[in-house]
Amino acid sequence: MASHLPPGSSAQSHQLETAGTVSDTHYAGPKGLMRWLLTTNHKEIGTLYLLFSLSMFFIGGLFAMVVRAELFQPGLQLIQPEFFNQMTTMHGLIMVFGAVMPAFVGLANWMIPLQIGAPDMALPRLNNFSFWLLPVAFTMLLATLFMPGGAPNFGWTFYAPLSTTYAPPSTTFFIFSLHMAGISSILGAINIIATILNLRTPGMRMMDMPLFVWTWLITAFLLIAVMPVLAGVITMMLLDIHFGTSFFNAAGGGDPVLFQHLFWFFGHPEVYIMILPAFGIVSVILPTFARKPLFGYASMVYATAAIAILSFLVWAHHMFVVGLPLAAELFFMYSTMLISVPTGVKVFNWITTLFRGSLTFEPPMLFALAFVVLFTIGGFSGLMLAISPADFQYHDTYFVVAHFHYVLVPGAVFAIMAAVYYWLPKWTGHYPHLRLSQWHFWLSVIGVNLTFFPMHFAGLAGMPRRIPDYALQFADFNMVTSIGGFLFGLSQLLFVLVVVLCIRGGNKAPAKAWEGAEDLEWTVASPAPLHTFETPPDFTPHRH
Amino acid sequence: MSGGSYYVPASSKWPILACIGLGAMMLGTGLVLVYGRAGMPVMLVGLAGIVLVMALWFRDVVLESRQGLYDNQMDRSFRWGMGWFIFSEVMFFAAFFGTLFYVRTFALPWLDGEGAKGVAALLWPDFNASWPLLEPPGDNVQGPSATLSPWHLPLVNTLILVGSSITLTVAHEGLKEGHRRVVRHWLGLTVLLGICFIAIQGVEYREAYLHYGITLQAGIYGATFFLLTGFHGAHVIIGSVILMVMLVRVYRGHFAPDNQFGFEAAAWYWHFVDVVWIGLFLFVYVF
Repeated sequence: MASHLPPGSSAQSHQLETAGTVSDTHYAGPKGLMRWLLTTNHKEIGTLYLLFSLSMFFIGGLFAMVVRAELFQPGLQLIQPEFFNQMTTMHGLIMVFGAVMPAFVGLANWMIPLQIGAPDMALPRLNNFSFWLLPVAFTMLLATLFMPGGAPNFGWTFYAPLSTTYAPPSTTFFIFSLHMAGISSILGAINIIATILNLRTPGMRMMDMPLFVWTWLITAFLLIAVMPVLAGVITMMLLDIHFGTSFFNAAGGGDPVLFQHLFWFFGHPEVYIMILPAFGIVSVILPTFARKPLFGYASMVYATAAIAILSFLVWAHHMFVVGLPLAAELFFMYSTMLISVPTGVKVFNWITTLFRGSLTFEPPMLFALAFVVLFTIGGFSGLMLAISPADFQYHDTYFVVAHFHYVLVPGAVFAIMAAVYYWLPKWTGHYPHLRLSQWHFWLSVIGVNLTFFPMHFAGLAGMPRRIPDYALQFADFNMVTSIGGFLFGLSQLLFVLVVVLCIRGGNKAPAKAWEGAEDLEWTVASPAPLHTFETPPDFTPHRH
Repeated sequence: MSGGSYYVPASSKWPILACIGLGAMMLGTGLVLVYGRAGMPVMLVGLAGIVLVMALWFRDVVLESRQGLYDNQMDRSFRWGMGWFIFSEVMFFAAFFGTLFYVRTFALPWLDGEGAKGVAALLWPDFNASWPLLEPPGDNVQGPSATLSPWHLPLVNTLILVGSSITLTVAHEGLKEGHRRVVRHWLGLTVLLGICFIAIQGVEYREAYLHYGITLQAGIYGATFFLLTGFHGAHVIIGSVILMVMLVRVYRGHFAPDNQFGFEAAAWYWHFVDVVWIGLFLFVYVF
């Protein structure tokens, strides 16, 4: 058993600049595929998460392209309504559970140990388990497309009784795949919390941690709090479908609205799970390229915590038109509007961080700046939707689709891309190709806004979401949206190209790849050797 | 904080095997539910696989612990891990308790026409809300004929489970003081009480199905009853298995007064199961 100890803590991290093959020289474990199947290394697992997420991003994106192709013109051209519903459902499920969440977990795996000076995640074998559950879960989910009756077709929110009484047989497999994804998330979150609370290098207090670590700590708490509720509600669906229970069936004394309450008690914190780590990333990147400390570090931490706590008290704003009592309409309206206060604190802090900084516009900075602007647009449309009487008009229109895509695509996804551009030099030892990165950025920004901005107008004019055909007056908006969607989708191929080129070569990056970068990950070589911080590094808190 | 010797295990085959096992079990269960018995072998192989892998994986952890590879920092990681795992279980049950409260407080009165929710009342104008709900709104749902008295078997089970938490605490104190005999006896007693609880719960389920018409299909009362007590019962079974493993380890001379987190984690889990039961006793049976 003693031979299970990690390869010697000596030598390997001292040959800094000639890094190239450092990571492999001391590796003596299984080779080839087995290395990846059995790995307990946080960097390898982080890479696996990121690659998995990228492939899911393209599969989910492909489904979105099918949707946009059908909606290019009014009338039914390409696919049948049944298949259209499967596409919107699978697009949402894959993007939420398969692309965005695993991407953030991958970044956490790679960067949290490096940012806090830890040798690895706290529970490395559990970490492997958390990752490999995902391919199993999503293979099962994608397999539903080929089952009799087709894939789930009730929207990613899978409201009962559409997802119970009237659901296709494949729903059972959808439930089990979600169970596995949920187990993966919970165990991953436990690992992240244990790592952050227990493995910080001596001298690093909680209020010294980089914001990315802070936001992930709070996100992990949210995951552990709400993923079990999702597990509970899908278990109740399973019982309703196969065992004759009446949870969501009024004839037996249950209530379909109960499903919505349970789902959104999970679902609302879930949207913060997908955005808090993005806040952390942006809060790390902006100071680096503004060459100034983050403005209001402490208020950033408190604002993140406030958003997390409030996220448990706002769920029914997704259900304003379901027939809530007046008191509930008012409570959930005001509690939702309250979230704009800590969110506003964050946006103002980012802007103030930039104020009088010596800004440069490297690719990570471009994406981070676009995040600040475009996420804020999504935040404002969220505030509009929070106003209950107004929501009666907006509900289930494309205005809602515009809103959550603004916070998720130029919000969460742009932050992930910013993080990838920011940390690629640390991962590969090379800078990403500058010109291609810039092309990728500008095409993405243009594509995203072409896609989602017209949706606001279509929605305000009354176009309902989740329909394969629409009235003629929405034709122009939809055509622009579709063109923007294709543009955005295609430009992501450029992203893959940049990443592949960066892995294969490019300008060599030093340990500290960005001039203004301050955190601990920039003290190890680029690329980071397989094992880092086997003895805890010295840490002196820098001013915030 | 970090002592510079944090144990990072080398590559391990257990996690990937556990994924395959769990995947097979989930796939098999889905096949059984949707397409019938043909999926049974897949499900059983998956189940056996996951149980076996868990046993071997935990065995490795125990061996590593016995070899002194874990320091205090590792111990803290395990503590945080177990603590947050139990929190996730709390939230799992919170969803089910929330269901119970929502149905009793809102859904049924609204179906009866209370408040501004008159529309729901139009569906079944003759429906009268009550709890326990013996007559569900729809004609096609047969409600229970009566409900179980909390003051017979459920009370006995409450005493058993609360008692088992006390006996377990005695055993744990004995372990911390180094009195091995105390540990063996009181831990053994705890396991016995756990088994008694499960047996009595089995008797009660039989009564519920045969004599009271409380079934999964008996409307929302039966559904919430079995959801809450069923998942709780499953947790008692798992907890009992964990305690049995601890008993075996105690007999083999494992644990020391200052190195006993495995035992302590099992105790945490057992106390959690106990607290859930008190919630169940109050809100499922008594009120």
